[in-house]
Amino acid sequence: MLLLTEKKIAVTIKELDSGLGHIRDLSITIGKLSAADWAEPEGPTPYPTPATLRSWDRKLLSRYQPFYMPFCDLCCLCTYGKCDLTGTKKGACGITMPAQQARTVLLATCIGAATHTSHARELVTYAIKKAGRDCPINPGGNAIGVEAPVIRLVCGEKPGTLADLETVLDYCESQITSLLAVTHTGQEGDPLDFESKVLHAGMIDQVGMEVADLAQISALGYPKADPDAPLAALGMGTVDTTKPVILVIGHNVPPSVAIIDYLALENLSDQVEVTGICCTSIDASRYSPRAKIIGPMSWQLRYIRSGIPDVIVVDEQCIRTDALGEAQAVHTPFIATSEKNCLGLPDRTHDPADAIVADLAGGRQAGVLILDPEKAGEVAVRVARAVMPARKKACTALDLSAIRELASDCTQCRLCRRACPNDLAIPQAMKAAGAGDLSRLAGLYETCVGCGRCEQACTKEIPVHSLIVAAAAERTKNERFVIRTGRGAIQDIEIRNVGGPIVLGEIPGVVAFVGCANFANGGKEVAEMSVEFAKRRYIVCTSGCAAMSIGMYRDEEGKTPYEQFPGSFTAGGIVNVGSCVANAHIAGATIKIASIFARRNLRGNYAEIADYVHNRVGAVGVAWGAMSQKAAAIASGFWRLGIPVVVGPHGTKYRRMLLGRADHEADWYVHDQRTGEDVYAGPAPEHLFVAAETKEEAMVLVAKLCMRPNDTSRGRAMKLTHYIDLYQRNHGTMPDDIPPYIRTTADIPVTLKGEILKILAQSDWKERPIPDPTLLAHDMPAHRRSADPP
Amino acid sequence: MTNADPWQTAEIAGPKKAAVITKPAMVNTVILRAEHPLLLIGHCAATIDIGERKLVDYLLDLARAQNIPVIATGHVNRALRERGYTSATILPAVEAGHRIADPGWKGPDGKGRCDLALIAGLPYPMAWTLLSGLKHFAPRTRTITLDNTYQPNANWSFGNISVKDWQESLEAIAAPAKTGRLTDV
Repeated sequence: MLLLTEKKIAVTIKELDSGLGHIRDLSITIGKLSAADWAEPEGPTPYPTPATLRSWDRKLLSRYQPFYMPFCDLCCLCTYGKCDLTGTKKGACGITMPAQQARTVLLATCIGAATHTSHARELVTYAIKKAGRDCPINPGGNAIGVEAPVIRLVCGEKPGTLADLETVLDYCESQITSLLAVTHTGQEGDPLDFESKVLHAGMIDQVGMEVADLAQISALGYPKADPDAPLAALGMGTVDTTKPVILVIGHNVPPSVAIIDYLALENLSDQVEVTGICCTSIDASRYSPRAKIIGPMSWQLRYIRSGIPDVIVVDEQCIRTDALGEAQAVHTPFIATSEKNCLGLPDRTHDPADAIVADLAGGRQAGVLILDPEKAGEVAVRVARAVMPARKKACTALDLSAIRELASDCTQCRLCRRACPNDLAIPQAMKAAGAGDLSRLAGLYETCVGCGRCEQACTKEIPVHSLIVAAAAERTKNERFVIRTGRGAIQDIEIRNVGGPIVLGEIPGVVAFVGCANFANGGKEVAEMSVEFAKRRYIVCTSGCAAMSIGMYRDEEGKTPYEQFPGSFTAGGIVNVGSCVANAHIAGATIKIASIFARRNLRGNYAEIADYVHNRVGAVGVAWGAMSQKAAAIASGFWRLGIPVVVGPHGTKYRRMLLGRADHEADWYVHDQRTGEDVYAGPAPEHLFVAAETKEEAMVLVAKLCMRPNDTSRGRAMKLTHYIDLYQRNHGTMPDDIPPYIRTTADIPVTLKGEILKILAQSDWKERPIPDPTLLAHDMPAHRRSADPP
Repeated sequence: MTNADPWQTAEIAGPKKAAVITKPAMVNTVILRAEHPLLLIGHCAATIDIGERKLVDYLLDLARAQNIPVIATGHVNRALRERGYTSATILPAVEAGHRIADPGWKGPDGKGRCDLALIAGLPYPMAWTLLSGLKHFAPRTRTITLDNTYQPNANWSFGNISVKDWQESLEAIAAPAKTGRLTDV
């Protein structure tokens, strides 16, 4: 038997007589392990290239049309320009405004996918060094049969060891390079083809994320699909400031692991505090729950300026690029550890640790670059212990009189407010503070995203952000919460238990709160939304900065959401999967429903599975504070699976939505696999990418977007109950779009039967069948479909 | 800061910028000439104080005086209903923008393509991006923002004006029309 697929040659000979002699049971593999032991037949699209899934993308994009909202009227990417693309004008290369917007979205998603994939490459290399090439992929022991749903689906591979992940990354890197090339002047010109490639970038991003998290879970002993993963401390108030404190910032965990290991090796674990900001802290807490999470990216300025950290270690992604300068202002030694983020620092990688420690602790160097995580870990610990006594937690925090004095310098020019992303009423708060009333200034803390643009704008050089933080000092001290550490993947048994209720609609939906912390009204809204949906028995998933924000609020009994709700993938659970890259497990759970519950083949079978997820799995992503290009890529990955994403008001700056038109009936027909007929299925889900203006509007949208054509009547009635209830609560009236969601009168929630029957009677509503839905039937002969849907 | 600087300093769009509304009569004239105007009210309208009233009160005065259909975005509809206004169409702002940009859309009342969109009460960056979408992709729809901050992507916008000037302008715009719109809705 000879298997020859991309980048692999596997030769197996059971028995052969030749001139060389008698050969039995010979197996040779070149490149990587073959999947010869994987009986699942290969689908039509293993290792898809940018145009392979174009047909599927076009189906989605014809239903969910881009609505572009240009963030800039110009193109300035080449020296023909700047070109004014206003309205119907074309650029010097011939590009139109819609194509330019889609091109920019593709650039953003490529940046995001490249970032996750590059991160994955670093983690795989690190994991192999630590655990060996043959270290098995193990996201959950016996609880996990489908170990890599995204890789299986996209690549048609079943990775067995860390080494197998290298080949997957080769593929991701080649695709991202091709996609980036698409954005060159004079390549693609059609907006929808750009958009198709955006979806491709998003899919590749999910592969990269899955590789990253599988590598670190397998090699670092993280919780393995554990619903009861331990709780970790969260918040600035949890830090023991009597000890030396190390702050890690970023996403790539190896330096944090090295710090924790060195502390353990030296028996110092209880003598030094390891604290973190952003996803690296989430992953550090997965490695050791002793690690403390300070908060999302927006906590960087306030925590560095507090002077609490005695040394700062940065790796990659979402690190303030002025972190070094901020550290210098409070005399905190600084260690950069990534080639992607060298910050102009001297490379001390090959110097003895003693010499580096001496230079940092002695103040001869403010910061160093150490591209060896183990050495960085040792240096960080030794420097923190050495400088702590002398630093005395030097900080730029202000006392009350200083706040008043500085605030009284304010000229009320309003430039701070005009620079603030959230348009916070800073001038009014400064005026009050100057007069001795700090309450308004303190009140801004909750909604401040910590960007510091106010300080850049101030002509009087008032440290506005520091004033806000100082005025809210009591709140900061009380930031003492807990977060359930990232559990990683979802167990197969959990999928078996909820697959049916989800697909039939009886669990009203899976809602994933993901992404950054650029919240228009503070992280509290994310916590409130997650609690609302958990109470309504949706399955709530979360990751990254959103997972931190959820943990930062308590109920009347003083419990955080992680203490109120279970961590299992079940109705009413709040499931923290982990850091950004763990988002792949959320997509993976929807894919596993198709595999484990519906017995669909995953192997290289993307369009069929995406079609399944889109029509049957009521999942919605909410990226309420999405800020980054990575968030754009993550969302794009969900779109290609047909999963809608809701963003907050700042999300319009991603410059285009993907919106359905509920009022265009022709857009909402699906093929009924039972009858072969085209059937009107209603606008379910209505949008693929939509920005909500307020939390209230978002919750209504989420409830609506969880509806799917496949819902049983019982499931649809339950989903409608939540939708109508949230709609009435937040809009004060009944929705005007109920008829399209009622297929038969059995869909009507019992408690609303009379009212809805009246609505139906006043419309041209007619009963219609509940389809066995697909968008693919015309393209996909029956023999291609791997199993009849349940 | 001049009157025609974007309120958020960095939100500079491009060559085509809004004309500054210097007199409320300008707005009245445009409204009177519109055949199928609509008024999009964002959730901030319910919380922004203008004198003793809220922004939403002035906007409803305008809607009622000129018989302009209302699209309520965010969760502002509750505030409209509290004021006895029950006929708003509830849509997310971006969905409203998408429909306005569609030449085949007949407006919230089904009577004809929207040729004038009056917008107020959205968060500034959201209004900025929405108006950008309409500037580029709804060429037959003119846009006016009635917030007191300059929005470069509208056809017409107030400059960055004081609450007092804003109040006077809104009162003038919302005053009962001496004549109906050229084509009554």
